[in-house]
Amino acid sequence: MAEFRLPANSIVGKGKHYPAPEGATNTRTVKIYRYDPDSGKNPRIDSYDIDMDSCGPMVLDAIIKIKNEMDATLTFRRSCREGICGSCAMNIDGSNTLACTMALADIDGDITIYPLPHQAIIKDLVSDLTHFYAQYASVEPWLKSDSPAPPDRERLQTPEDREKLDGAYECILCACCSTSCPSYWWNSDRYLGPAALLASYRWLADTRDDATGERLDDLEDPFKLYRCHTIMNCAQVCPKGLNPAKAIAETKKMLVERRG
Amino acid sequence: MSNLRTPLSQVKGHGSAKDGTSHFWVQRLTAIAMVPLVLWLCFSVASLPGMTQVEIRSWVSQPFTAVLLILLIATGFYHAKLGLQMVIEDYIGNHGPRTAVIIGVTMLCVFMAVLGVFSVMRIAFTA
Repeated sequence: MAEFRLPANSIVGKGKHYPAPEGATNTRTVKIYRYDPDSGKNPRIDSYDIDMDSCGPMVLDAIIKIKNEMDATLTFRRSCREGICGSCAMNIDGSNTLACTMALADIDGDITIYPLPHQAIIKDLVSDLTHFYAQYASVEPWLKSDSPAPPDRERLQTPEDREKLDGAYECILCACCSTSCPSYWWNSDRYLGPAALLASYRWLADTRDDATGERLDDLEDPFKLYRCHTIMNCAQVCPKGLNPAKAIAETKKMLVERRG
Repeated sequence: MSNLRTPLSQVKGHGSAKDGTSHFWVQRLTAIAMVPLVLWLCFSVASLPGMTQVEIRSWVSQPFTAVLLILLIATGFYHAKLGLQMVIEDYIGNHGPRTAVIIGVTMLCVFMAVLGVFSVMRIAFTA
């Protein structure tokens, strides 16, 4: 639901400033949201002046450098550093994206980093994605078929049918799309969000799956599916260049078509 | 520890309402229907010889005009009801207030539509 009165601990204060090491001539400022719910204190924005001459090209390089050299208490997720695991999703320069694939050179001025919007914070840039993952699980993202598999080979699919899955199977579940969606902000308790609906469409579009009708039955709901108002933030921010809004539109089309 | 339900149980909630496609489809149908109706209204009003009460009443009382006006009023308020319901569902999270406001808006739209249709018919049958 839209929240017009925010809780007291949502007010973000000014935090510490960490100056660049002596002798650094090429510096940039990184402003990072810091919050520890267990401390009882309000969030703050700490700013770090980093030496660009000894920093890698990506935002993830900058925050790893900060954690290694300036402030070991900074908390964030990261793993593959090449845009395939989805761990380092955060709000950088006003848009949700992956820190590992976002180049520092593509950001003008100071670099501002917040966690993914409208999620409960565990600490700093680490948001609680339990609900998001449960939504993914709820669409039962696996092949469901009552037809027995051929005994001597895999289930076959024509190249044309396989092409229908392009743009639907590549999702890495980073949550950039769902947490950029205003409908998801207001109604994520019931709206499944673009990531889960894209995952659902990946199986709706799969010609080897027999459960299309049951899957559509489960989605036909004013909140689970129809909170999508084609705002398109999901497609704009997806770091993999996918279009969940199109998948949702295709799902709505299937629901209309099966009526007659 | 206020909630011990599993995350999956919370997401599944009461399950699917098996509803929503009619709302989605009719909202689009009424939108499409209103395109020619609104264009007709704009061009017709613009091409009226004068804007006196007598001339407007005479125009409204023509069968073709009256029927199209009634269709426009009915379609418009139906579309408004569907759209407002969507906005209310987006922004009012608690079930009680949400249902109350949707009922109120529905009644208002029905009242306005009936009022509009009655007014056109009154002019059409008394002119």
